[in-house]
Amino acid sequence: MIAVSNLSKAYNSGPVLHIEGLEIPKGQSFGLVGNNGAGKTTFFSLLLDLIQPTSGYIKSKDIQVNESEDWKPFTSAYIDETFLIGYLTPEEYFYFIGELRGENKADVDALLGQFGDFFHGEILKQKKYLRDLSKGNQKKVGIVAALIGKPEVIILDEPFANLDPTTQIRLKQIIKNLAEQQGVTVLVSSHDLMHVTEVCERIVVLEKGEVIKDLATSAATLKELEAHFAGE
Amino acid sequence: MAFFALWMIASFSILGFGAYYMIEDGLKMEPFQVVNQALIYYMVFDLVFRYFLQKMPVINIKPLMYLPIERTKIVNFAIGKTMISFFNVLHAFFFIPFSIVLIIEGFPVLQVLAWYAAILGLIYCNNFINIFVNNKDIVFFGVVAVILVMIGLQYYGVFDVTQYTYPIFKGFYAVPYLAIIPIILAVVFYKMAFSYFKKNLYLDAGLSIKHDVAETQDYSWLNRFGSMSTFLKNDLKLLRRNKRSKMTIFMSFLFIFYGLLFFTGSIESYDGPFWRIFAGIFVSGGFLFTFGQFVPSWDSAYYPLMMSQNIRYKEYIASKWYLMVIATIISTIISVFYLYWGWQAYAAVVVGAIYNIGVNSHLVLWGGAYIKTPIDLTTSKKAFGDKQAFNTKTLLLTVPKLLLPMAIYAAGHYTLGEGFGFALVAISGLGGFLFKNKVFNIIEKVYKSEKYKTLAAYKQNN
Repeated sequence: MIAVSNLSKAYNSGPVLHIEGLEIPKGQSFGLVGNNGAGKTTFFSLLLDLIQPTSGYIKSKDIQVNESEDWKPFTSAYIDETFLIGYLTPEEYFYFIGELRGENKADVDALLGQFGDFFHGEILKQKKYLRDLSKGNQKKVGIVAALIGKPEVIILDEPFANLDPTTQIRLKQIIKNLAEQQGVTVLVSSHDLMHVTEVCERIVVLEKGEVIKDLATSAATLKELEAHFAGE
Repeated sequence: MAFFALWMIASFSILGFGAYYMIEDGLKMEPFQVVNQALIYYMVFDLVFRYFLQKMPVINIKPLMYLPIERTKIVNFAIGKTMISFFNVLHAFFFIPFSIVLIIEGFPVLQVLAWYAAILGLIYCNNFINIFVNNKDIVFFGVVAVILVMIGLQYYGVFDVTQYTYPIFKGFYAVPYLAIIPIILAVVFYKMAFSYFKKNLYLDAGLSIKHDVAETQDYSWLNRFGSMSTFLKNDLKLLRRNKRSKMTIFMSFLFIFYGLLFFTGSIESYDGPFWRIFAGIFVSGGFLFTFGQFVPSWDSAYYPLMMSQNIRYKEYIASKWYLMVIATIISTIISVFYLYWGWQAYAAVVVGAIYNIGVNSHLVLWGGAYIKTPIDLTTSKKAFGDKQAFNTKTLLLTVPKLLLPMAIYAAGHYTLGEGFGFALVAISGLGGFLFKNKVFNIIEKVYKSEKYKTLAAYKQNN
């Protein structure tokens, strides 16, 4: 589904990302871990063509993302608050995204209906604009909006951060379900090793912009990751 | 903002030195008397000006609260910071030169100094008053309404408030020790601001953020515009729900009255016939210019979202274009009162509107594509000036926006008369429609080629 080839990104201050090659097959739940500054968000931004690669390229379904925009209809993402429109209510925001992705109100309502649990009564019909929601609730809105329009690739940057424990558990279910049952390729980054190992079938560790581990998740993975990040 | 500040300082200094002689020679009136009469309005406008523009230091206080600093110190620091702000310093650039001129003209030094000290005290009163009226819109607009009524009554000779206020201001000069009163008043207001501030220095009191009650609106009647309606609905919400955009609407409303300067003949240098077109373009195009020049910056806060969605650029641009066209038409309808100054005045507004819709709407959007100033929708404080809005590319575009239609009109006016002049401007406006699709294509290309730079620039402030 996604093929990275010779990708690098450098600023004046030096290189921030360098990935020789990486293949992510369709329907995989892919986890990206690494300390701050490891290049996780840079990688996602390159994948969404929000920044330009210094060299190399990423192909999504054989479409080179920085040359054509044809990857947009089947890709969605929630990176940070810049993916939210602060002066809309959550409902208006969902419908707006729906319209952009070719879904009508009924389609969106049907999808939202499945997430009543996840919203926990704090999102819909609250008479609040997105800018006035708490960070955690904003994140819930952003994540669900990323599911609108039957995307084939979903990119979530730090989806577990700021969420309360109940929501974290529900989100894990949602992500697993997307990859296993609907064949969606899900890319997730996280600082929480436990969450990624539970959710992702494959985990890549970035350090200073380089891939230093590429693991198929097993019972031993969490231990291995903890040992790695503890510096042993 | 720096450009705007320098411009204000320069004009205040020039006024400070020149006011005395301008009033004496120009109006043939006693300058000191006139200034004292005007002072009441000066003080009130200062307050209005501050209300809109002066940022309260509250925003920067939060991080100090967690540090081992006494609360009184924090409050003193915050209020002290407002005291040395541009809004207080600015007045010195008028009153110091003016006082010097007074002394040169033979007014007694001591009395002039007392008068200046009194003014200084009053300016600081304003400074502290602003601290507690900040964000109290109802009180504020009440005051503005009273002032407007006062001005109206004075203009029509019913009641002149300045007759009652000028003796007060003059009193500070005539009886120098009275100057102590405004200074004491300023100290009292400082104490009041201090206790107000201190009482509210809690996260759930003065530092809490007020939330608007949101209503979900679907504007489904806009669906007749087809797939463009997605953006149109969003743009309407953008305009209605953000402080910055409301300020823009308010300013474009003021532009409607800009033509009064020209058509009432109150300023001599604007009497040339081609100035009519200049006025006509601004009267009908206030919104077009103030809103249009910041497309796509209005969407800067969520530009990464827009760029990762499958946006149909043409519809995105068309939506903004329709907003500008509708606003231009509304402004033109409101401006019908210009007929009072002759059919030529309103004809200038109408052909100005045609030229705005046909030509300027495209140019403004084109110029906006190069402006990469992120817009903070949640504050109205920066709506007036931004130095980045004055770059060379946008400056160059004012030639076809303003000078060209004036020249076209002049060409018609001086050959076959004013009717022909108006017709020529209208025709060139209509001609602009032919290029609509072409210009939209160019703008789309600019959006695409500037995408990464724009994203990076918007990120700076987000």
